[in-house]
Amino acid sequence: MTPTTPAAEPDLLYSEEEDALRAAVRALLTDRCDPATVLAALETGRPYDPELWRALTAEIGAAGLLVPEKFGGQGAGPREAAVVLEELGRAVAPVPYLSSAVLAVTALLGCDTGRAEVAGPLADLAEGRTVGALAVPLPTAPGGTGPATVRADAAGALTGRVTSVADAAGAGLLLVPAEGPDGPALYAVDAAADGVRTEPVTPLDLTRPLAHVVFEGAPGRPLARGERARTAVERALRTGAGLLASEQLGLAEWCLTETVRYAGERTQFGRPIGSFQALKHRMAALWLDVASARAAARNAADALAGDGPDAQVAVAVAQAYCAPVAVRAAEECIQLHAGIGMTWEHPAHLYLKRAKADELALGTPGRHRDALATLVDLAAP
Amino acid sequence: MTDAADLRRRTAELLATHPPKTTDRLDFLRARFDAGLAWVHFPEGLGGLDAPRSLQAVVDAELAAAGAPDNTPSRIGIGLGMAAPTLLRYGTEEQKQRFLRPLWTGEEVWCQLFSEPGAGSDLAALATRAVRDEDGDWVVDGQKVWTSSAHLARWAILVARTDPAVPKHQGLTYFVCDMTDPGVDVRPLRQITGEAEFNEVFLSGVEIPDAHRLGAVGDGWQVARTTLMNERVAIGGARSAREGGMIGVAAAAWRDRPELRTHDLHQRLLTFWVEAEVARLTGERLRQQLTKGQPGPEGSGMKLAFARLAQQISGWEVEFLGEDGLAYDDWTLRRPEGVDFTGREAGYRYLRAKGNSIEGGTSEVLLNIVAERVLGLPPEPRTDKDVAWKDLPR
Repeated sequence: MTPTTPAAEPDLLYSEEEDALRAAVRALLTDRCDPATVLAALETGRPYDPELWRALTAEIGAAGLLVPEKFGGQGAGPREAAVVLEELGRAVAPVPYLSSAVLAVTALLGCDTGRAEVAGPLADLAEGRTVGALAVPLPTAPGGTGPATVRADAAGALTGRVTSVADAAGAGLLLVPAEGPDGPALYAVDAAADGVRTEPVTPLDLTRPLAHVVFEGAPGRPLARGERARTAVERALRTGAGLLASEQLGLAEWCLTETVRYAGERTQFGRPIGSFQALKHRMAALWLDVASARAAARNAADALAGDGPDAQVAVAVAQAYCAPVAVRAAEECIQLHAGIGMTWEHPAHLYLKRAKADELALGTPGRHRDALATLVDLAAP
Repeated sequence: MTDAADLRRRTAELLATHPPKTTDRLDFLRARFDAGLAWVHFPEGLGGLDAPRSLQAVVDAELAAAGAPDNTPSRIGIGLGMAAPTLLRYGTEEQKQRFLRPLWTGEEVWCQLFSEPGAGSDLAALATRAVRDEDGDWVVDGQKVWTSSAHLARWAILVARTDPAVPKHQGLTYFVCDMTDPGVDVRPLRQITGEAEFNEVFLSGVEIPDAHRLGAVGDGWQVARTTLMNERVAIGGARSAREGGMIGVAAAAWRDRPELRTHDLHQRLLTFWVEAEVARLTGERLRQQLTKGQPGPEGSGMKLAFARLAQQISGWEVEFLGEDGLAYDDWTLRRPEGVDFTGREAGYRYLRAKGNSIEGGTSEVLLNIVAERVLGLPPEPRTDKDVAWKDLPR
């Protein structure tokens, strides 16, 4: 097998509707999520900014973009959700969008949506009434899920522990992959139910809280079983990984923009530091990385929207490429800001922490390259 | 306004009056030019129909399907990509009528006489002199270098210094140079690969009529900028398939030679594969922007990415091949008409790719262009701006 160019031509640009959506989200974030607000919110101990989340979900309908209209959503798709994630990444916004509106929603969409047990939570997530979390460790890569660490008995009582679940502490609904009596299954668990305990982890990335979740006979409602459950989780992870590339793109773009702005204003040795070729070349190289990351992220979003056979390659390429670009952009941002970039008051550290955590989230670049080796027939020795 | 249907009709007419099977190749190309189907965005009478540039694809597809001959654009790239847009913008009516048709059909090959041994990245520092004689015509003396196709070319676009007493950008003038003039001496320039794609061109007392001047005296830098901008567009606009170019060669080598695989080489190959695929997608995104009439700045960076990848991947390939990588296919002095990255072996690719970050603007100059024109960063302070060219240190 020799891989060839996919038959369908990807649409790598933004539509007018996507531009309008971006403008709305950006305006909201400019108003309510400037870096000083994000920094202040970290000190409150709240897992996310509830007012910002309410505005995103109620005013813009962002949480329901992936949900069909008949379940209370916007009936849009991954291309639109990717645009929202670009803006959220640009603002390192402390909201559970990736966890709830992407991972949890996609997992539910993979179940039988004709059933009330599935359609009900889907509508709640779409309208932002509930925050959901898929109970898998954040570093889980698509294609890499082993047996679940939670067991379910015949009555649906769950026992076990899932480590490092993103946004679990603020979630009302947990979607839990578990080994049931008849094999793998996906369960819904109310986070407030008896037998559910979250142990917060002090996270590297303060804007995306992590918790270990412990189930001690917690009551679970089965959503899907067997292959269907496995596929639903796999598809959620793949969609999450593909769209995370857009968050990484937005993050990298903020780092570049802020660095260029600062380098044009800050003077040393009698001239703006941005006029020194050593620094200009680093920013120009970063610009090329960001422009390339945009093509990779758009390609992944478009492939996920079309759900074509090339989606796995597109997602692996986007994650393998965009994750390191975001880290490099945040690292360059700090170095080129120099002293001020090392302080707590300057927001650069928020971006570095998010970028580094994102590099691990939903599969490291190395895991995605490993996946490609099989997908494009470049077998290991 | 000419639309796609109109172009299809005109193409069908051309094919009916000049059936490709029975028409001489050159006759067909001339007829195509005269029908305005050569480059549809050019003006009527000059090979075009004032149509949107994007509609050229319609014509090309119809003609290819009919098995019509093409003008082998790869062979006459400098004429098409650099000379033609400059002639169109700055040429007189007589110049356009004289030069564009044989340029497009490939009857007359063009080269460009810009770079000099002392003026590479700092092109405006060039020293080739053009002095006016009593009839108002010009006599040119100097030396040019890195001239591809000079040994094949009938005409050259030439930038020369016509006033050394003003700052360097102001004293240049742009000409069309007749490569058959007895004062033009073309010598092959042998490269790192053993072959000679390029030439040195020595100009001694070359006589250029004033009618072959493009643009006003002293406006040569402005005219040259048009040429160079079109060169970069040509570099950034191409479309490629997944695993096209150097990464395809490397991936094929990996599949063909399992006994040479190591884990380290595997990791690096996968990284290159991802980067090559992303570069392809970035080029595709640029192409989509151009098609929609929204040119993006990505083109400024595409050449940088291409050069880096070509160098890294070709270096990887030599290493992968192990003992075979120690052998070189052929050091014979040859004069190829173009670069053939896939027709030669790994050592050639590795050595030739060293030129990718130098030719057509060094990577360092391109990074400056991105930093200043795309990101808006301040320029470096200049010491040569207001100094007469003759007073600059050389």
